[in-house]
Amino acid sequence: MNKKKLSRGGSLQSSVTSVLAALLCILIGLLVGFLVLVAINPAHAWDDGFVRIIKGGFHDAPYGVGKELANAAPLIMTGLSVAFAFKTGLFNIGAAGQYTLGAYGALYCAIMLKLPWFVCLLAAAVLGGLWGAIPGFFKAYFNINEVITSIMFNWIGLYLVNELIYQNGTGPMYDVRNTRTLNLSKNADFAQSLIPDFGLNKLFQTNSTTIAIFLAAAVAVLIWVVLNKTTFGYELKAVGLNKNAARYAGINEKKNIILSMAIAGALAGFGAGLFYLSNVSQWNPLNSTSLPGMGFNGISVALLASSNPIGTVFSALFISHISVGGSFLSTKFYPTEISDLISGIIIYLCAFSMLFRGKIQSLLFRNAEKTNVNAEPAPAAEKTKKEGK
Amino acid sequence: MLLLIKYTLLYGIVLMLVALGGMFSEHSGIINIALEGIMVIGGVAGVLTLTMLPASLSPFLVVLISILVAALAGVIYSLLLAFASINLKADQTIGGTALNLLATAIAVVISKYFSESGSAKLNYSNKPFLFSIGGLELSVFVPLGLILLVVSYIVLYKTRFGLRLRACGEHPQAADSVGINVYKMRYAGVILSGALGAIGGLAYIVPPVQTWNFEVGVAGAGFLALAVMIFGQWKPFHIFGAAMFFAVFKSLANIADSTFLAQLHWSSNIYNMMPFVASMVILAFTSKNSMAPKAEGIPYDKGSR
Repeated sequence: MNKKKLSRGGSLQSSVTSVLAALLCILIGLLVGFLVLVAINPAHAWDDGFVRIIKGGFHDAPYGVGKELANAAPLIMTGLSVAFAFKTGLFNIGAAGQYTLGAYGALYCAIMLKLPWFVCLLAAAVLGGLWGAIPGFFKAYFNINEVITSIMFNWIGLYLVNELIYQNGTGPMYDVRNTRTLNLSKNADFAQSLIPDFGLNKLFQTNSTTIAIFLAAAVAVLIWVVLNKTTFGYELKAVGLNKNAARYAGINEKKNIILSMAIAGALAGFGAGLFYLSNVSQWNPLNSTSLPGMGFNGISVALLASSNPIGTVFSALFISHISVGGSFLSTKFYPTEISDLISGIIIYLCAFSMLFRGKIQSLLFRNAEKTNVNAEPAPAAEKTKKEGK
Repeated sequence: MLLLIKYTLLYGIVLMLVALGGMFSEHSGIINIALEGIMVIGGVAGVLTLTMLPASLSPFLVVLISILVAALAGVIYSLLLAFASINLKADQTIGGTALNLLATAIAVVISKYFSESGSAKLNYSNKPFLFSIGGLELSVFVPLGLILLVVSYIVLYKTRFGLRLRACGEHPQAADSVGINVYKMRYAGVILSGALGAIGGLAYIVPPVQTWNFEVGVAGAGFLALAVMIFGQWKPFHIFGAAMFFAVFKSLANIADSTFLAQLHWSSNIYNMMPFVASMVILAFTSKNSMAPKAEGIPYDKGSR
């Protein structure tokens, strides 16, 4: 099914197609979004609607841009989490649950143990990784589809963390007055747990723009190296492409499935650490009906980037850009969820972007293929998915 | 105790309806992970209809029209999944997930547009949907659900259509070779799941309360229904049993404080967690002899035989 391009030119060609396909998805998504704006309130659709979404954080620079960066950091991580799992043949829909556990790990180490920020981040990654490993375990040993298990563990994680933090309003991490966890920047005791900002907050006039965005980008590069330049990454991808062939080649496929999910979980958990230790917001344990949106937006980010680790950085910045843009919409005219609508349409289109990719490929590179007799056909699906439940 | 029965029936019927929807789709060979989104769309369409219908209309018509509108909305929405996964051969799980995300956004945008307050809350009257037998207050969805359960069983096992549908989920190539249009059957499966899922969504939202905030969607009920379907081994009456089993836990979360269970001092979080934990345990034990349709999740390509 999968034909991997071997030549250098081939991989460049397929990246160009992926980028163009992503841009096409974005364009159509924005167009539909604009039509919705016109349908709701035609008089303000352009200036107060569409332009604000496109401008994103720049509508209120530098504050908006800082906000955008603060939100993009965890989004890069959940995007990487989903992308990494995709690359190894798994669909990690459980990033939301792993993110939840990561948030608990980070906040527990920060508030209860008063540990420095990098230790808190590590704890977030470990707890997230543990939560990711469980669906991996069920998949490896019981052959249960990781999608179903991850969905279950999303909700189990949410209720568990809410219970641990809230404890009927008496939890030591819970601030009754704000109905959230304690605010890290309001108390000097927690100063060492906050991710340093090196003046970024001053630059952007925010309270939560830290070096988190650079940490996330660094992890993205690291994941790219692991996947493309190491034997370990090669084994993980081999299991994803064909479990049986990998076993035949002497790869322990059960161990690798669990490891893939654990790493994906750790990435999502790390993202939660970046979010809560930058103090962008506090955890609300009374919210028991919706999972953190970061987890699901991670799926959009990964799909838009065609699971390329470096690509996730850019697609996360884009998703964060339009959602901050959406939040600047005047509620008098439009609901702020328009930007969610746009990103929802974009992922729906991404689900069959293979089709776009094939079309673009044949349009752009038809001539090149004619001259090269040995050229392989257009790259097929990046990911394979087939297993019973 | 009466309260426990009431909540269990209300919630169990919802799970059963949605799980039956999922069952039709999966028997045709399409994994319908978008059930959660379909529920939301059905809910918002039905509730909007409910708010717009004139108060003078007879209760029977109110119920009938809002259920039909919800089902229609669900069918239209599920066509998006069918189109992506049957015609374009997209990954069914990804397409479904996208539709789930999209559904909440659509519901919030629509409800904010129509509500007077500008929030995503819609107010409506649930009176036409309720009736009571001997002090037990029930919704019309309970008898409706039971009828649909029997109908589903007959359709799936006693009709030519049902046999063909199942053939497409087990071995589409074989079905095609005897002249069954696999694409058409898969469309039928997804459409049925859209209608049932959407009615389930309306049944989840309307009977218990008079106002609904669409920002919360349906709080994972669609995903739970998927678990019910697997636990019920893709068979209608098994699904009914599984749905009731799950519903008992959910009802306990609602009413634990007013019963002897209050002495345990468990919070609602723990009861809410239970069905998910229970389904994981059961999945682990039943996965070895799973009755899942063999060809589900694999796009059908006429060329590959």
